Amino acid sequence: MANISNTTESASSNLMARALREAFYAGLVALGLFVLFVGLKTDQNILNELILVQRWGLLAIFVAIAAVGRFLSVAFIRPYLEERKAAKAAAPAQEAGFVARNFSMIAVIVLLLYPPVMVYFFGFQGSLKWVDNFGIQILIYVMLAWGLNIVVGLAGLLDLGYVAFYAVGAYSYALLSSYFGLSFWLLLPMAGIFAALWGIVLGFPVLRLKGDYLAIVTLAFGEIIRLVLINWTAVTKGTFGISGIAKASVFGIWSFDVSAANNFAKSFGLPMSSAYYKIFLFYLILALCLITALVTIRLRRMPIGRAWEALREDEIACRSLGINTVTTKLTAFATGAMFGGFAGSFFAVRQGFVSPESFVFLESAIILAIVVLGGMGSLIGIAVAATVMIGGTEMLREMEFLKHIFGPDFTPELYRMLIFGLAMIVVMVWKPRGFVGSREPTAFLRERKSVSGSFTKEGHG
Amino acid sequence: MSDNLLHVKAVETYYGNIRALAGVDVEVKKGEIVCMIGANGAGKSTLMMTICGSPQARTGSVTFEGQDITRMPTHEIARLRIAQSPEGRRIFPRMTVFENLQMGASLDNLKYFNEDVEKIFTLFPRLKERQSQRGGTLSGGEQQMLSIGRALMARPKLLLLDEPSLGLAPLIVKGIFAAIKKLNETEGLTVFLVEQNAFAALKLSHRGYVMVNGKVTMSGTGKELLANPEVRAAYLEGGHH
Repeated sequence: MANISNTTESASSNLMARALREAFYAGLVALGLFVLFVGLKTDQNILNELILVQRWGLLAIFVAIAAVGRFLSVAFIRPYLEERKAAKAAAPAQEAGFVARNFSMIAVIVLLLYPPVMVYFFGFQGSLKWVDNFGIQILIYVMLAWGLNIVVGLAGLLDLGYVAFYAVGAYSYALLSSYFGLSFWLLLPMAGIFAALWGIVLGFPVLRLKGDYLAIVTLAFGEIIRLVLINWTAVTKGTFGISGIAKASVFGIWSFDVSAANNFAKSFGLPMSSAYYKIFLFYLILALCLITALVTIRLRRMPIGRAWEALREDEIACRSLGINTVTTKLTAFATGAMFGGFAGSFFAVRQGFVSPESFVFLESAIILAIVVLGGMGSLIGIAVAATVMIGGTEMLREMEFLKHIFGPDFTPELYRMLIFGLAMIVVMVWKPRGFVGSREPTAFLRERKSVSGSFTKEGHG
Repeated sequence: MSDNLLHVKAVETYYGNIRALAGVDVEVKKGEIVCMIGANGAGKSTLMMTICGSPQARTGSVTFEGQDITRMPTHEIARLRIAQSPEGRRIFPRMTVFENLQMGASLDNLKYFNEDVEKIFTLFPRLKERQSQRGGTLSGGEQQMLSIGRALMARPKLLLLDEPSLGLAPLIVKGIFAAIKKLNETEGLTVFLVEQNAFAALKLSHRGYVMVNGKVTMSGTGKELLANPEVRAAYLEGGHH
């Protein structure tokens, strides 16, 4: 026994020595590389003379990053990865843990508790950032991505203009509420219906298109909607946008308008704060998301949902099985668009302001990226992708400490898209089918004595 | 004539300006197995697709149970219970075997679903073993079984098979053809198949047609065609069988 522990000890000290040596070389190489690029900088002084600025501190940071990174990589990360690989090979069929099995249940409970916990830790004013910027923002994208998932993930119709339906929903609410004074609860379903109608309008001309061609037409459709919003100034006020959009109320019982008699805070004798409204909005978007998820899960088990998935797999086979591909495609567009419309009207009510600038192509691209990263068709994967992508980019605003390293002019938000892109590449290399690449079957033979355990396992869930 | 289940009359089909079928006549009677043999590019698959309405025939007519289906959309033709195992099998690769079968039954509001699934699992026990596996992970032979099984789930009056032997080992082809024969004998299923594997197809079929360059050049019972010296020279001799 002593012998064994001895060898592991010497092995680990060997490893440390090697790590230190490699770290030293890495630092040396970094020093050589960066001494002229980073350590010295030419600059103009007040007299227009070229002077040499020395930046030894910054150089030291670069060298340190290289050396420490190398050390950690050799000493800890690589042995860890190898160990994990070996462990995985040793125990291939592992029962999923408690968290993995009940992931969606736990996620819903966490989300329900999220606002009170934030209020408890940060107070009403401090929680605003966490509930609004993180919570609501992420959930809007979760809902949009789940809506797009019906079109792209289930029906396999590549839609690059999804933001058009988001815009239709947002402007439906903004215009109808400011011109006719209709309430949010009336306009929410109407926005969904309008968006669904536009989904069908888009669907008709693209019925025969597929893949790249479909993508280009939907892209154009998204741009058309945006340009109409910009140029139809008489109704939409063009690029100025529509401001002062009415707030939502709690089913008309309590209002969040400060002047209203039935103001929420007044009714309950609470101190005035804008946080109540944000928390209300958080639960509202959470409810909308859950509706989207439940509808998607239900639809997947119904003939129409199965037809969508079959359509994604093989259109010709679908037709030869008696599936009407025209109605199948149109319902996919309409259903996806409807959820985009819901999300849009929520967006309008949350911002209190809409302008065409919120509905640029980049938004479509981000939503699509979330769907692809999450794993097409997987609701949980998409929710995780939205959290990572949107939450991650929001996190950048919080990274004040980076200013101490890169100087006071450094604004991490500007690197948002760079990091977004990098993250996408990393995920796609690491998991080419997205976070959750496997598809849950929707049907399986009812458990009978003739079906062995290994078959039934896959069906549950 | 009235006992014709399917009647293809003087059908011409074009791909753009290219004429793929140059006036084809085919009759399939109830309870028959009929095959169409011919070389690559003769127009066999085009005939199959024309019966299903995609592409539609430019001239001529396709009649099923006395009803003209020449201008019907494909999915409505399928609803008349003409089921097809298309060229290249075209199973749904990311869906499980079980879900593939379920898709085949979508017309039937799943009334006979359990019964039919059992029937197909008895016919092709391999599918039962693989029922929760994804379609794309099956071997070629299993995919062909699945494709036929999926077509059978629709309780077809007429089963169209496009090259069921393509790319399969002889032993598996034998199994699949035996299954088709059994269905025909026990349930009176009418089958129309196109094949390059002339020997196996003619042996299985009651009647056969030979297609060359978009035209039917010969027809007769399976035995007659097998004995015909021209057929032997063109399609049988020099083959592996």
